[in-house]
Amino acid sequence: MSTMNLRGCMTLFKREVHRFLKVKMQTIVTPALTAILYLLIFRYAMGERQVPGLDVDYFTFLVPGLAMMAMMQNAFANTSSSMIMGKVMGMNIYLLMAPLSALEVVVAFLAAAVVRATVVAVVFLSVLSPFVDISVMHLGIILLYGLCASIMMGGLGLIAGMWAKDFDNIAMVTNFVILPLTFLSGVFYSVKQLPEFWQQINDANPFFYLTDGFRYGFLGIGDTDPYASIMVVIGTSLLTIVSCWYLWRIGWRMKE
Amino acid sequence: MSALEIKGLNKVYSNGNVALHDVSLSVPKGSFFALLGPNGAGKSTLINILADTVLATGGSARLFDQDLFAERNWCKRQIGVVPQEVAFDPFFTPREVLAITSGLFGSKPDDAWIDHLLDRLELTAHVGKNTRQLSGGMRRRLLVAQALVHKPKLVILDEPTAGVDVELRRRLWGFMRELNAAGTTILLTTHYLDEAEELCDHVAIIDQGKVVTAQPMADLMQQVASSYLWMNYDKPLSLSEADTLALADFKPRVSDTGVCLQLGKLENGQSTFHTAYEAAVARFGPPQDAGVRSEDLEDVFLRLTKKEIRETT
Ligand SMILES: Nc1ncnc2c1ncn2[C@@H]1O[C@H](COP(=O)(O)OP(=O)(O)O)[C@@H](O)[C@H]1O
Ligand SMILES: [Mg+2]
Repeated sequence: MSTMNLRGCMTLFKREVHRFLKVKMQTIVTPALTAILYLLIFRYAMGERQVPGLDVDYFTFLVPGLAMMAMMQNAFANTSSSMIMGKVMGMNIYLLMAPLSALEVVVAFLAAAVVRATVVAVVFLSVLSPFVDISVMHLGIILLYGLCASIMMGGLGLIAGMWAKDFDNIAMVTNFVILPLTFLSGVFYSVKQLPEFWQQINDANPFFYLTDGFRYGFLGIGDTDPYASIMVVIGTSLLTIVSCWYLWRIGWRMKE
Repeated sequence: MSALEIKGLNKVYSNGNVALHDVSLSVPKGSFFALLGPNGAGKSTLINILADTVLATGGSARLFDQDLFAERNWCKRQIGVVPQEVAFDPFFTPREVLAITSGLFGSKPDDAWIDHLLDRLELTAHVGKNTRQLSGGMRRRLLVAQALVHKPKLVILDEPTAGVDVELRRRLWGFMRELNAAGTTILLTTHYLDEAEELCDHVAIIDQGKVVTAQPMADLMQQVASSYLWMNYDKPLSLSEADTLALADFKPRVSDTGVCLQLGKLENGQSTFHTAYEAAVARFGPPQDAGVRSEDLEDVFLRLTKKEIRETT
């Protein structure tokens, strides 16, 4: 008698997409604006310096990584802010009362996070495209890495949102975990530029592989072999989904 | 058949609070059921377990003859719950909220029904507003609409009229009565015992997580223990220790309008009316007005739980 509730899943997905479309300032204007700021700072202030060891100028190197960083941060923000808002306003009970399976809830939230991340990346890259050569060397890699990064970050946001008691908790995770990890994921430098010790630290940062692979998709260059990391990236995404599903199913920090 | 059959339900919160202790209840199909109890009795806990926002720690329940816990998703489609705490989504308008809630419950939003709900809950004038702009009372009515939007067979209202003025309350109850007449089973909690007595055909009283009594309203009201002498004064009374002592036989209760004394029978079968009246006049002087009435639900409640339904403010 337990039938799937596809309509419910679809409704939740649409609700989450509407939610970020209603705050266009944050979701569309902000990435466009940061793109212009990066352009001014890195392109015009730093000139056409080359990245040491790589045959590419610094700004061209930077752009895919910045797009990835924006995707990751937005995917995280979409799920975490929705969860904590629902908690504070008391609306999350409707997700518990509705006949939705844990999988339906998780799929809807993550799909919306992926859509937001994609919108942000497209806006960001479109604004920059007149000024920098955005070539696409391996589309499959770009899509796969973009998708997996959005799923992982959307999933982390969902978990953080379930864990948090208020907006402060979320701000804490965003500032002390998400920002450092994404900033230090090799967006602004090639690991080859780092001292040995920091290279090892970097190797343990999961977001490093995502950023590096994503950049490889555009430029065909990187510090790691993205094809070798594919299984790890897919595996981690699946693990994220399973963790979200399990936590939702047991009502972690949602049901007393 | 029962709409809802609860057996031995238990809830111990993680901090050790025992909110429900072996609660068994039967809510007949088509009934208008009052779940009453003082603050902290466990009413909301029971409702939240049915709504799946709180996990039971023991017991079982059947909803329209299906196992509530095993067939959760089927059961959820049959239930509409108005939560005690006001919740709202600051991103959407009332109409959007209703369409979303309907969708989450797996049913295609029925525009005619949504219009009807908005109309009956007096929200039509506010459909285009953001829920942020609604008053507390409007938000609560929106919660009622949300509970009804997927046309549930069992509607559960947890203090839906807290802070709602008399007129609106009457209209809301009128609407619930219509739904009930059309076959919907309704279970509610409220602090307005006179309204519960008038509306409901079944009643359960719980206290400290245990069922004190559960029966048809008419049966309960027939076991009236006694009648009451009420005496109105034009000022609120308060009982001194001496008053309490002098009137002890009559279990006096004072209110804003006067005093109420419980009557009984003397050994010779005569009513204690005369002694009670004389005793009260001796303490407070002659009343403005006086009379005798039979026990109402509020008296029964007080007798069974030894508690006021609300903390006196
Ligand atoms: N989240 C909670 N954690 C611990 N104890 C709780 C929680 N919610 C309610 N209680 C306790 O459970 C008992 C029943 O509460 P509740 O169901 O809200 O009663 P009612 O709705 O009848 O006023 C009370 O003693 C209350 O303090
Ligand atoms: Mg309550």
